Amino acid sequence: MPAFLFWFFATLMLAFGAAVVVNRNPVASALSLVVSFLGLAALFMSLDAYFIGIIQILVYAGAVMVLFLFIIMLLDLRAEKLRRINWPASAGGIAVALALAVQIFYVIGNFRFARQPFPPLARSTIDDVHNVGSLLFENYNLPFQIIGVLVLVATVGVVVLSKREPK
Amino acid sequence: MVTLGDYLIVSGLLFAIGFAGVMLRRNIIIIFMCLELMLNAANLSLVAFSRFRAEAGVPDYNAQVFVFFIITVAAAEVAVGLAIIVALYRARQTTHVEDIASLKF
Repeated sequence: MPAFLFWFFATLMLAFGAAVVVNRNPVASALSLVVSFLGLAALFMSLDAYFIGIIQILVYAGAVMVLFLFIIMLLDLRAEKLRRINWPASAGGIAVALALAVQIFYVIGNFRFARQPFPPLARSTIDDVHNVGSLLFENYNLPFQIIGVLVLVATVGVVVLSKREPK
Repeated sequence: MVTLGDYLIVSGLLFAIGFAGVMLRRNIIIIFMCLELMLNAANLSLVAFSRFRAEAGVPDYNAQVFVFFIITVAAAEVAVGLAIIVALYRARQTTHVEDIASLKF
């Protein structure tokens, strides 16, 4: 992928990620999150992880966002706009996040491999879905089944949680 | 030329943005969205390392399988978390974390 496309999608992802935090309207935040996840999916594809990129779009931009928007619609969240901002707490939060970012920059700056380019891929042999799938079902078969049970438990848990208590 | 460090810095910035959101916002749904941002930042650096550790032209797919698991667990977490938020809203009629202080010391 050309470098300018990487910077375009990275900027898109970070800008809309910041918009999620800055927007006071929850619906605008959720829609910014969709754009941010689409940028992230493009970055995954720029790393030749096409399967993960597609999964990202299907699961996050599709299922998770619909869930978020549905919940925002279900709860009436307009009252949030009326609250005033607690400036000292906000300044503290920004300071902590900035300190984290500086630390991450410092660690990556001292990381030995950070300046090395990516090794070339054998173009003709890349079969992303096939490779991930065979690894998933051969080496990681037990975790895969445990994940299945986890999703089942989550489904049952959601049904139990959403059920109204009998009067 | 885009290097591994560029991807790691973008991933770290995304994590910091998500972290700032968790610290700044008081609406529990927005906090939840920022948690998703942080999870995805971790996924980005995992995929970058998977691509960086390519041997004989084939990326290290172990990391991508790990990302697949993370995405699955995150989806289950979103479903359960939003159900809890709906139950909370039903009980308290609020999604503002400062209104929910029963367990606060």
